[in-house]
Amino acid sequence: MANKMVKNAAGREVVTEINGQKAVPYQGVGKYKPEGRKYAPWISSCADYPDNGDKRVSNIREALVKAGIKDGMTISTHHHFRNGDLLANMLFDAVHELGIKDIRWFPSASFPCHEHLIQYLDDGTIHHIEGSMNGPLGRYVSEGKMKGIAVLRSHGGRYQAVQDGEVEIDIAVIGAPMADPFGNANGLEGDSACGLLGFALADSQYANRVIVVTDNMVPFPCIPWQIQGNYVDFTVEVPRLGLPEEIVSGTTKITKSPDRLLLAELTAKFCDAAGILKDGFSFQSGAGGTSLAVGEFFRTLMKEKGIKARFARGGSNKYLVSMLEEGLVDYILDGQTFDLDGVRSMRENPRHVWTSPFTSYNYHGKGNFAPLVDVAILGATEVDINFNANVVTHSDGYLLHGIGGWQNCLFSKTVILPLPLVRDRVPVIIDRVTTLCGPGELIDVIVTERGIAINPLRKDLMDAVRNSDLPVKTIQELKEEAERLCGRPEKLYNDGKVIAAIKWVDGTVIDVVRKVKV
Amino acid sequence: MKNIVVTGNKGPRVRSDCEVRLELRSGGGIIINLESKVKAMYGNSITNLYREGLDYFGIKNAVLDIDDSGALPFVHMARLEAAVKSLIKTDKNWLPPLLEKNIYSSARNRFRFSRLYLPGNTPSMMLNAGLHSPDGIILDLEDSVAPAKKHEARFLVRNALRQVDFYGAERMVRINQGEKGYEDLQYVLPHNVNLILVPKCESGEQIREVAKRAENILDQNNITGDLFFMPIIESAMGVEKAFEIASSVKNVVAIAIGLEDYTADLGVQRTNEGKESLFARMRLVNAAKAARVQPIDSVFSDVSDMEALRTTAMISKSYGFEGMGCIHPRQIQVIKAAFAPEKDELNKALEIVKAFREAEEKGLGVVSIGSKMIDPPVVHRAMRIIELAEKLNLIPGETDNN
Repeated sequence: MANKMVKNAAGREVVTEINGQKAVPYQGVGKYKPEGRKYAPWISSCADYPDNGDKRVSNIREALVKAGIKDGMTISTHHHFRNGDLLANMLFDAVHELGIKDIRWFPSASFPCHEHLIQYLDDGTIHHIEGSMNGPLGRYVSEGKMKGIAVLRSHGGRYQAVQDGEVEIDIAVIGAPMADPFGNANGLEGDSACGLLGFALADSQYANRVIVVTDNMVPFPCIPWQIQGNYVDFTVEVPRLGLPEEIVSGTTKITKSPDRLLLAELTAKFCDAAGILKDGFSFQSGAGGTSLAVGEFFRTLMKEKGIKARFARGGSNKYLVSMLEEGLVDYILDGQTFDLDGVRSMRENPRHVWTSPFTSYNYHGKGNFAPLVDVAILGATEVDINFNANVVTHSDGYLLHGIGGWQNCLFSKTVILPLPLVRDRVPVIIDRVTTLCGPGELIDVIVTERGIAINPLRKDLMDAVRNSDLPVKTIQELKEEAERLCGRPEKLYNDGKVIAAIKWVDGTVIDVVRKVKV
Repeated sequence: MKNIVVTGNKGPRVRSDCEVRLELRSGGGIIINLESKVKAMYGNSITNLYREGLDYFGIKNAVLDIDDSGALPFVHMARLEAAVKSLIKTDKNWLPPLLEKNIYSSARNRFRFSRLYLPGNTPSMMLNAGLHSPDGIILDLEDSVAPAKKHEARFLVRNALRQVDFYGAERMVRINQGEKGYEDLQYVLPHNVNLILVPKCESGEQIREVAKRAENILDQNNITGDLFFMPIIESAMGVEKAFEIASSVKNVVAIAIGLEDYTADLGVQRTNEGKESLFARMRLVNAAKAARVQPIDSVFSDVSDMEALRTTAMISKSYGFEGMGCIHPRQIQVIKAAFAPEKDELNKALEIVKAFREAEEKGLGVVSIGSKMIDPPVVHRAMRIIELAEKLNLIPGETDNN
């Protein structure tokens, strides 16, 4: 079981093997470029599929059997239903009933609603998870209870891993709010409407077997086909895929916290002073409360200045939709729809466009959209004095968040992290991040309530805001201020076993997470 | 004799605070059980701090259960001291260091547009309060603190006065009524308070008594410098006595009205339009102006309605008030903007003063703009508007020299 550790280009000790598969240590931004042909799925022939186009089977269990499920396979699912997902739980109930063991679960993300699956990690049905974990599963993994090593990837990194063959998906199970018996599917209509199905795109194209599960089966054709039935092996009808109130949940409300609003206001003022807010600019819009609030301050400033944005990329919600409808934004390039206004807009407005990790983030594409975005405003749990950031673990070492599109968005022209310098005695700027997820060279500005630090690499930004009244400080000064308030944190040295690997966007290992001391 | 006490707060919604349960024993040494959100980063330093505290008070045998939701050291210290002093009698005070930047004085005529209330027993609201740039912060020991928590709040407020940077805001404390309030003064005055708010004032005598007690405490502690007072008028009787209160002692710099209690005293509903309190407010403004102190309006309690707040503040300004209370940091900028001179108002004032200066130069007795005669009080008012605008940096080309 000896797993050789090496120091990667970011100075982090990382594993060279993950669950028996060779792993490449991180080499630097844009350095690792695998050669050869992309991975391809097996050849299929239409002669093997029903002439009437009806690929329905009676239930998930039967679909799994027909797909040839075996011990040790890789099964993928998607997080379009977020914390309202019922499918992954149903799916693994079926896998368990079939007595199958050691599955590699490859979700695009998991949520607290998947706590149900802990029993299947315990009994060996699931060997390990490769995908972002939010909440209880992260806690379980952090405490060293999972058999294999978890692998966390960005949305773009997930596409990369599928395309270069790092992850071969045996069976993809795609939940669809609307589908036809042939397998055409979309996320736009039905009780489980979630907007788009972009996270399942790679799986539909590359998995060896594809199962579409819906609670809203319509006669052929299901229009538009965000997922093309030509990739699909089986279709299954179930009574219910998700809980609508959790799918399009209230996580997308603008923060009421005065401190976070202050951060958002400072961030918007910074963008204005730095000359980012100009006619035709573009921005990344997130779902976090602070990020949403920044959008609202943008709206006010844009109206004052009489400018509009060419496009907004990222998650959509009622606030962004209203900017589109007011003509403040020409296009929404939507990667994930957070509320019913977003779903409605995507259905009705040709300027509200659904995208996928392929167009937006994929490392093995001939370019992607992320670097075309002028400004991305993102979150983090910690930042260090070299602007390196952590987005997956807390200072106590627990792995509680996923990467999402965060790493991919670091390629935007300007990346700003608005963060409270002190959060209930937890200082956000420290000497060295617990887990490295994003290299400092890609992170430009840290906005805190007690000052704004600009990465010295961005002299242009420093010059741009020099004559503003913004409280610009060095990151060192901010760190010292946090320590003055909180005290100097005790050194945490953790040499426990590796429980998770953090991948960079190119598939290399940028850091590992170790078991917490309980 | 009581030997167990609990201070502080815990619970799913509690942040930046801690609950401390202290049990004094006759033997067994010190046992500390710490549950903390930040144990991994600060577990040892928290435990050491409590040991130091128990040692300071000479306690050798005790069990301490600490449930910490991210309290800063000055909060831990306040919670422990309150616990200790509920069980034993001691004259010792366990003080965190006084930040040097917390030592500043105030001025009689400084702006008091916005003053932010901070509940005196809620540490999570204190740390960032000054960042929202209120003219003043009020550490409140009165209505926002539950009766059972009055004792421990005094230690927290005292420690906050020493340890929290309020970024230049005027440092105010609202004390309780009567004897309790005089006791409050003992706790807070030695720690650089700029202004005391005295609630529910109904006579000048009340303020004279508070001022006398305060002076004694300041003398005992060899503290020089001004301590100002802002009486709050919250009853029909208070309104009748507004001038007497405003002119009771020379260090009264402002009088405020508290409309919740006032409307209750009248037996009427408080409305957003405020017709029911028009008399009281005008009476208060007049009394304040007569006594040459600032009249300050009540708080606006719907924290989600910024438009209504803006309207209320504009009306308040038009009545002659020179500030309002805030119960939420986001109200501060709205209020400040409402009380600052408007552009038109400022331009007109600049024009009037220019005409006045020209008339002076030419030795003319009468000031006029076009065919319109300008009376001396109009010039006087224009000068005040410009003075205000200068202090607020609203005149282009002017820079702030403060």
